[in-house]
Amino acid sequence: MEQILQFIQENILSIYLVVFAVFLGFELISKVPSVLHTPLMSGANAISGIVLVGSILFLRKTDPGDTFSLSLGALAMVMAMINIVGGFAVTNRMLAMFKKKK
Amino acid sequence: MTALVYLMYLIGAIAFILGLRGLSSPKTARKGNLTAAFGMSLAIVASLIFPLEGSFGNFGWIGGALILGAAIGWYSAAKVEMTEMPQLVSIFNGLGGGSAMILALVEYLNIIGDGGLTNMEALIILFTLLVGGISFSGSILAYLKLDGKVKDKHVILPGHQYINIILLFASLAALWYAWSSPSSTSIIIATVVALVYGFSFVAPIGGADMPVVISLLNSVTGISAATAGFLYDNQIMILGGILVGASGTILTILMCNAMNRSLLNVVIGGFGSASGVSAAAGGDQDQTVQSVQAVDVAILLNYASKVIMVPGYGMAVAQAQKQAKELDEILTEKDVEVLYGIHPVAGRMPGHMNVLLAEVDISYDKLLDLDDTNSNLDDTDIVLVVGANDVVNPSALDDPGSSIYGMPVLEVWSAKQVVVFKRSMKPGYAGIQNPLFFKENTKMLFGDAAKSLKSIIDEIKSLS
Repeated sequence: MEQILQFIQENILSIYLVVFAVFLGFELISKVPSVLHTPLMSGANAISGIVLVGSILFLRKTDPGDTFSLSLGALAMVMAMINIVGGFAVTNRMLAMFKKKK
Repeated sequence: MTALVYLMYLIGAIAFILGLRGLSSPKTARKGNLTAAFGMSLAIVASLIFPLEGSFGNFGWIGGALILGAAIGWYSAAKVEMTEMPQLVSIFNGLGGGSAMILALVEYLNIIGDGGLTNMEALIILFTLLVGGISFSGSILAYLKLDGKVKDKHVILPGHQYINIILLFASLAALWYAWSSPSSTSIIIATVVALVYGFSFVAPIGGADMPVVISLLNSVTGISAATAGFLYDNQIMILGGILVGASGTILTILMCNAMNRSLLNVVIGGFGSASGVSAAAGGDQDQTVQSVQAVDVAILLNYASKVIMVPGYGMAVAQAQKQAKELDEILTEKDVEVLYGIHPVAGRMPGHMNVLLAEVDISYDKLLDLDDTNSNLDDTDIVLVVGANDVVNPSALDDPGSSIYGMPVLEVWSAKQVVVFKRSMKPGYAGIQNPLFFKENTKMLFGDAAKSLKSIIDEIKSLS
């Protein structure tokens, strides 16, 4: 319990960030037309690949002799990177189709 | 240097917000996507140059992983058929969740190796592990289902909702164990249980509920990225993850509303599995359908003045959108008004039909939503139902025993004529019978939708 309170105290700004981001997320997308449901979903999906940042930081601080951690960390990186590049690329491809006509 | 990196993260975060805002309006969508991608690139560069205390570098590993991931992602995005989009989105989503899960796993192993796992750290890691694991195995199963590799009936067990409740408690118990007695064994048990739970969570959900579960899993992946952000005290991870979590939640709610069902009802599952055996199953055997040939439909279309096409998942499967476009052009030349009735949950992901029709250049002002379609039907001569089934089922309105009762549907039977393109008389994905087929003004055109449309086109050409 004490630890939780301490955590809240140390991370209060990040907790504010979560709360604001929830409201911001709802506000941003609440009126999306159905034609954009799929691109919005796959674009947002690509953003969730931001977990890549964590795996980069993890790999950078891993002991170069620790092949086990390096391999798993690299696997996590590859997966997140597929999510990011694939997600943005496929969204762009879809939106290019929408754009051809007026 | 540190300030510069933080500034890059901040600009990246702003780019995510602007990008998502752009993505929610047709005019700015493409720019929005590129803006978000730019934000991501900044975040990646910032993480590479971040002045990290005790950094070993390992840039060979990092560079290799970045290039490999980018190449696979780029290749699959460029190669994929538009009809396989739901599968691809699921698999990408699962990879994001899986990445968070693996990261949580190795962080845990390393920290307990150093002997310094605080309770709070453990809590964050284990939560990330659970959420990421659910997203990973759930998305993989969703992928397998969408790709037709796994059928609903193969993975649904009797009393599945009770199994899921037990598994949920089992995962929490496994997490508690990994939290209270940290060891490599306990974390591996927790990982396995989380994976099993994710799989089992998605198992009973199928059919028209797929769009709901896909956007739900999307939101779950976002949350796993955000909690991982707390581990690294990294604000852009928190912001990006939560934004995705919120947007996925909105889409999930939209999809549930479109079906007039609660999320809980969808998650418990059983679309067409449990309660679908009402009047429909009993009485319909002796009813007959009126089957027609392509030439008859061609003649009907030739004399029509307003036609509405209702596409469904079957159109994606048969790849019939090209033929639909061709028919549209021929009819438009003959001054027939051609419109499309799009049900919000037609297909297997949110907005699936819009993507399919956009691929063949059908202008989106011809696409009507649920309400517009229904108000247009009265003066419509012919409705062509191409591969849709549950979204045009009248049981949703008048059969309280049906498992889709209460879902708003396209009331195509109020048009003068309905032609249903269907492979055979087998019930739809939801496994429930459709009384529409037996209505007086409904004609059935059996066969592959793409081939049927092609022969109608040929017949119309030979008529003139």
